[in-house]
Amino acid sequence: MRKSTMIVTLVVVLLFIASWIFKTMTAPEVDSTFDALTQGFLVTFAAFLTLAIMSFLYQDNPFYKFAEHLYVGVSAAYAMTLGFWSTLVGNLFPRVSETLCGWFQVEFSGQHDWQFLIPPILGILLLMRLSPKGGWISRWALAFIVGTTAGLNLPRFLRSDFIEQISGTFLPLLVDWEGFGHFFSNLSLSASGQFVAILSNFVIVSGVICGLIYFFFSKEHKGAFGSASRYGIWILMITFGASFGYTVMGRISLLVGRLTFLMDDWLGIISG
Amino acid sequence: MRIASFGIFILLVFGCGLTALAQDDPIDMVESEIVLPAPASKVIALNHKYDIGEILDVSWESSTSDPELVFGYIIYRSEGDNKFDSVGAVLSKINSFSDEELIPGKSYNYQIGTIGASGVALSEPSEPAIPDWELFNLEMWNIALIGFIICGAVIAYIFSAKAGRKLFIRKIGGLEALEEAVGRATEMGRPILFIPGIQDMDDVQTLAAITILGKVARVVADYDSKIMMPVSRSLVMTSARETIKEAYLSAGRPDAYSDDMAYYVTDEQFGYVAAVNGLMVREKPATCLYLGAFFAESLILSETGNSIGAIQIAGTARPGQLPFFVAACDYTLIGEELFAASAYLSGDPKQLGSLKGQDLGKVVAMVAIVLGTLAATLASAWDIEIMQKFLDNVMLGIFSNH
Repeated sequence: MRKSTMIVTLVVVLLFIASWIFKTMTAPEVDSTFDALTQGFLVTFAAFLTLAIMSFLYQDNPFYKFAEHLYVGVSAAYAMTLGFWSTLVGNLFPRVSETLCGWFQVEFSGQHDWQFLIPPILGILLLMRLSPKGGWISRWALAFIVGTTAGLNLPRFLRSDFIEQISGTFLPLLVDWEGFGHFFSNLSLSASGQFVAILSNFVIVSGVICGLIYFFFSKEHKGAFGSASRYGIWILMITFGASFGYTVMGRISLLVGRLTFLMDDWLGIISG
Repeated sequence: MRIASFGIFILLVFGCGLTALAQDDPIDMVESEIVLPAPASKVIALNHKYDIGEILDVSWESSTSDPELVFGYIIYRSEGDNKFDSVGAVLSKINSFSDEELIPGKSYNYQIGTIGASGVALSEPSEPAIPDWELFNLEMWNIALIGFIICGAVIAYIFSAKAGRKLFIRKIGGLEALEEAVGRATEMGRPILFIPGIQDMDDVQTLAAITILGKVARVVADYDSKIMMPVSRSLVMTSARETIKEAYLSAGRPDAYSDDMAYYVTDEQFGYVAAVNGLMVREKPATCLYLGAFFAESLILSETGNSIGAIQIAGTARPGQLPFFVAACDYTLIGEELFAASAYLSGDPKQLGSLKGQDLGKVVAMVAIVLGTLAATLASAWDIEIMQKFLDNVMLGIFSNH
C-alpha cells in the first residue's frame, strides 16, 4: 500500500470513529447506551458508504472497492435468501407439504396442489447444468421458459403495442373544421386552439407512419422512402431529447435525497 | 365475505342516516317504519363468458318502490341447500353483480335483498347457475386474425428463405461497426465487455442479446480476443455460457473457452452496476456492448464506458433508456433494430423470415392508420356518415380491444 493511501485511510478511519462517537452522543430518543451506539454506527456507516460510492466520480479507489464488494455480496446473499423464504417457503411448501410447513413454521394451505411441483422439477432440471454428463437436461427447462414467455407475450403485445397504438392514431387531421375561411379568420397559437390541435394530430399521425418506415428493414432507405425515414428518426430524436431532460430531473431528485441524508441525518446542519 | 359485510354495513348506515333526515315528515316516518320496499324481481344468474369458470353474473330488475326509499341491494348466495349467505352489496342504482372466486362446475342460486328504511325485502331465488370455462375467448377474434396474418407471413417467409430465396435486409449502422469494434479490441490487446441488460430470460430483449452474443463470441473466438460478461441473472449466465461455448466450438477453438467468460454478479440492480463500473475502470475494455433490457443503469454504464475511451454499441427496446444510450454511445440500436440485429447477423432463415413477417405487420399498421385517419378526418370535418360507420364498425372493430 502506498504511503498516501495509508494516510488517507487513517484519516477516514479517524473521521469515522469521531462521527460514530458524535452521533452516539447526540442520538435522540434511545433507551440504552447500546441502542445509541448502534444508531450512531448505522448513520455513520450509511454516510460512509454513500461517500465511498460517490468517490468513484473522482477515480477508482479502495473505499469504492470496499463499498462495491460489500454491496454485491450483501445483495447477492439477500436475493438468494429472499428467493428461498418467499418462493420456496412462502409459496411452494404451503401448497405441497404439511411436514415442510411444520419445519419452517408456515401455515399449510389445507390441500395439496400437485401442479406446484412442476416449477421445482424445472428448477432441478436447471441445476442439472452442474452435472458434467447431464448438463444438456437443463436446456429443457430453459426451452420451457423461453417458449412459455414467447407464447404468453404474443397476444399481450398484439393488444397493447399493436392494436391500441394503431387505434390511438385514428385522429382527424382537420379538427373542428368549418372551412378555410373560418380557419384563417380564427387563426391563433393558443394551446387549446384549432391550429395547435390540427398540428398536434398531424405530427402524431405523420410521426407514427414515418417512424414505422424507419423500422422497415425490407427496403433500402433511399429517395422519398429515405426522406420519410429521416423524418421518422428526427421525431424519435426529439422525443428522446424531451425524455432525457425529464429523466435527468428525476435523477436530480434522487441526488437531493442522498444529500439531504448527509446534511440532515448525518451532519445535522439542515433540518428535515 | 369481510368486504360484503362492510358493504352491507355502509349501506345500512347510509339508510339509517336518510331515515333520520326523513323524520321531519311524520307521514314518511310512519310509512317507513311499517312498509318494506318492494323486492327486486327476475333474478337471473348466468355464467360469465370467457373466464376460467370462477365467475357468475347476477342481474335483477330493480325494486318498484320509490327510489329514494331504496338504499341498495344485498346479494345472497346459496350452494344448492337453500341456505343463503350474503356475498356482496351494491347501491340502489346498480342492478347487477359479478360473483367471483367460485368453484367451477358447482351449482349456485342467488337471492336479492332490497334494503329499505324499515328492513330488507327478499326476492324470489334465481334458477341455479353453474360457472363454466371456455376454451376460446371469441371476443378476441381480432387478435387471432392479426396474429394469424403476421404469423402466417412469418411462416411463409421462413419457408421461402429455406427454399433458397434471398431475403433482402437493409444495412443497420451499429452492426456494421460490431466487427470493427471487436477488431479494435484485439489490436489493443484489451477485452470486450458484453452486458445483456438486467432482465431474465423471459424478456425478449435478453433473448435478442443472447442471439447477438453468439455472433460476437464467434468473432472474438476467431480473433483470439477476450470477452467479459458479468450478468445479473443466473439463467442468463447459463444461456450465455452455452452460447459462447458453441461459438468457440464452431470457430474450432474449444480449448480457448472458459466458464469464467460469463459469470453471475448479483440480482440487485445497483449492486450489479457498481460491480460493472469497477470492472470497467480496472480492466479498461476497448469495446463495450450494452444489448438488452436496461433501466436506470443505462447512463451510469455508458458514461463510465465513455470515460475509459471504449467504443460503445448499445441496443434496447426500452424507450426511457434510449436517450441516454444515444447521448453516450457511438452506435445505438433503437427498439426493433435490436431484434433485427440478430437476424441480420445470423442470416438464419428462421430469423430472416420472422423479420420479413414483422415488416408485413408494419405495412398492415401503416395502411390501417392511413385508412383510419382518413375516415376520422372525413367523418369529423364533413359529417360523412358512412365514414363514421366505417371507422366505428370496421376499423375500430378490428383495431380495438373488445
